[in-house]
Amino acid sequence: MAEELKVIVFSLGSETYGVEVGQVRSIERMMPMTRVPKTPAFVKGVIQLRGSVVPVIDLRGRFGLEETEYTDNTRIIIVSINDMEVGLIVDNATDVIDIDEDRIEDPPEIVGGIKAKYLRGVAKLDDDRLIVLLNLVEVLNKDEIVQLEQMEEA
Amino acid sequence: MEMNQYLTMFIDESREHLQTMNENLLELENNPDDIDIVHNIFRSAHTLKGMSATMGFEDLASLTHEMENVLDLVRNGKLKMDTDITDVLFQCFDSLEAMVEDIANGGSGQLDVSETVQTLKAIMSGDFKGSSREAQTSPAQPSQANRTSSLTLDQYQLTVLKQSLESGHRVYWIQVVIDANCVLKAARAYMVFNALEQVSEIVHSSPSVEEIEQEKFDDRFSVFVVTQQEPDAIRERIMSVSEIAQTEVAEMDEARLQEWNNEAETVKEAVKSEQPDQAKGTGEPVKKEKKPDRAAAGGQVSRTIRVDLDRLDQLMNLLSELLIDRVRLESLAEEIKNYDLIETVEHLVRVSTDLQNIVLKLRMVPVEAVFNRFPRMVRDIARSLNKKVNLVITGAETELDRTVIDEIGDPLVHLLRNSLDHGLESPEERKRAGKEETGNIYLRAFHSGNHVFIEIEDDGRGIDRDKVLQSAVKKNLIDESEGEQMSDVEVFNLLFSSGFSTAEKISDLSGRGVGLDVVKSKITALGGQVSVHSQKGIGTRFTVQLPLTLSIISAMLIRLGEEKYAIPLSSIVETAIMMRDEIRLVHGMQMISYRDHIIPIVSLKEVLECPDTGEAEQDEMNVVIIRKGEKLAALIVDELIGQQEIVLKSLGPYLSRTFAISGATILGDGQVALIIDTNSLVK
Repeated sequence: MAEELKVIVFSLGSETYGVEVGQVRSIERMMPMTRVPKTPAFVKGVIQLRGSVVPVIDLRGRFGLEETEYTDNTRIIIVSINDMEVGLIVDNATDVIDIDEDRIEDPPEIVGGIKAKYLRGVAKLDDDRLIVLLNLVEVLNKDEIVQLEQMEEA
Repeated sequence: MEMNQYLTMFIDESREHLQTMNENLLELENNPDDIDIVHNIFRSAHTLKGMSATMGFEDLASLTHEMENVLDLVRNGKLKMDTDITDVLFQCFDSLEAMVEDIANGGSGQLDVSETVQTLKAIMSGDFKGSSREAQTSPAQPSQANRTSSLTLDQYQLTVLKQSLESGHRVYWIQVVIDANCVLKAARAYMVFNALEQVSEIVHSSPSVEEIEQEKFDDRFSVFVVTQQEPDAIRERIMSVSEIAQTEVAEMDEARLQEWNNEAETVKEAVKSEQPDQAKGTGEPVKKEKKPDRAAAGGQVSRTIRVDLDRLDQLMNLLSELLIDRVRLESLAEEIKNYDLIETVEHLVRVSTDLQNIVLKLRMVPVEAVFNRFPRMVRDIARSLNKKVNLVITGAETELDRTVIDEIGDPLVHLLRNSLDHGLESPEERKRAGKEETGNIYLRAFHSGNHVFIEIEDDGRGIDRDKVLQSAVKKNLIDESEGEQMSDVEVFNLLFSSGFSTAEKISDLSGRGVGLDVVKSKITALGGQVSVHSQKGIGTRFTVQLPLTLSIISAMLIRLGEEKYAIPLSSIVETAIMMRDEIRLVHGMQMISYRDHIIPIVSLKEVLECPDTGEAEQDEMNVVIIRKGEKLAALIVDELIGQQEIVLKSLGPYLSRTFAISGATILGDGQVALIIDTNSLVK
């Protein structure tokens, strides 16, 4: 019997994604944010969460997808990677499911416009749904932000 | 000698050891065979003995000493633990506790413990309740309770003395009484021994030499010596040692020696025979009767408690949260305008302000912790540089936040080395300049407002303006024409630019050009500032200004469009209203005249790319004048909201290098306001 992985399922556009439960601190509704000047466009600002200040990024913007209006379904998934807390804005957060580790396959080159290096793998569920698992360490890679900033400045 | 500063520590530690002892004793009662527990008690008793002897609490020391002896037998398996022994140990513990409490209440810690001591001795010698232990060979260590009478000579010593008499030497019994006010009794005793050893042979001493060295005697000790000298000569020698109150020298012949020993034996026997009765009749320990009048002496010793630093940090964090809620409550109360609510909130504000002050104080440590290592360091460096220096430290008791203390050491070391290396001249040079050969370095710390200042001043050659300028031009930091217009202060500040060094000779101490700029960045990182004043030929003074604490600061809240920001008060010179048409263009830069200076003026809204709210530009502008070192600049803001104590929060590692923003704080309405790093706005 393979290990089961618990993931939080959310969507961006038409695709379904998942992040490991262990990396998620909480899921919040949209709330007012404080803009932080001179940051990449996908950094939406900072929020106050139980006394600490947490930066929030729009995951659509992060992956270079078209950003959409926020709705009642929009959620901020607060993740914690290497002691770094960041909020991710997603279209909605729907479910928590168990995925058989065996069912996770290497990601294809590109899924829904997201490059493979940001992906951990793709899992096919019983009901034929595909869930794309994110590699948060890469998604939140700071070096890349610095590069992005330099590109914008150029 | 000032013992008071150690007294608090002594009391705290004694209480700790008593606590351990108590716990272990209770456990021992249930597991009498567990040697590990005995070890623990022994250790506590041993430490207590050492501490109290050092602090001069004789009774405490003697009681713990006897306890230690008994416990030693137990742990070496020579004595079997039983309930009676446990009882006596508990009794000792009670007495110890009473003594420590007495000391804590300002008493002298004296307590008649002879009864308990006797009981312990009885246990040792096996007489107690006919204990099954085989009779002990060596007599118990003489204690202060019967100090003089217990000067017994063993067979060997007796023989030595008798033989000395036979060979024509003289034997004296000498008792030395040390002045009651003497602080270093052990040292005086040592001097007496030294004096005696020059003319005689010390055969026996009571208490033992070890005990005397550890200052485990009251005010007197006695010795047997063999010598050729006259009694008066001996007495004179001893009295030449200062702080000796009295000396008694008695000449002994064979008969008296024998007699002496017999007498001592009888005393010991008598003590022994009394003991069983005493031991059984230990109903009420003596200390109980004496306690009340001692308690009345009143508590003079400040009580301390040692706390885990993590807990203090936790407390600090909780307080920060509380302050956030407080600000929120304040604005809520203002909205609701309910009188009762306002009153309650006001009270809460007062209480929490006091609380904040106390918590901040908890984290304060005297700078002494850092300064302590400097005298030695300065001495060593001065020696290696062949300079003569006198370091004068003042204000070492000034307190700073622990976090600052941890970080401030290195920059200060650098500044001191700098003063020694570059500031002070060699003795010859000083002589030529008509100064004393020995240079002075003053290290001062003092409080002023919300800041602590640390100054390092030398009376050396001062900074040579021209040399600094030359060097700066050579290193392309400035061009020549620029240099001529610079004020002295501006020139001196060049010392803090990276890649600058004026030392003609490169030494291993400083002068590699990596010094002052590192010092500056370190101090700036701590939220502080460093400046330098100097007069050629007279000296140089470095002033380091540090914030009292790093986690709560006073700030001015400002509004830009719909956004709120905080500017630390420490970098604000003043706020003002200026007219928009006063802005002039100088070299393509917007400048404005401010108190006879032309300073740059920037629109914060533009710098921070605030979204345009379509607010019409008015003729009058609110400006905040900020300072970075000696440079000023004006920032245009839409509104000055007011001054507030804010709790610093980091933006987190994800946004750690954001331009012009040093952190964030949470406002009363729960919103995050960013804190502007004014240093990055002034070039």
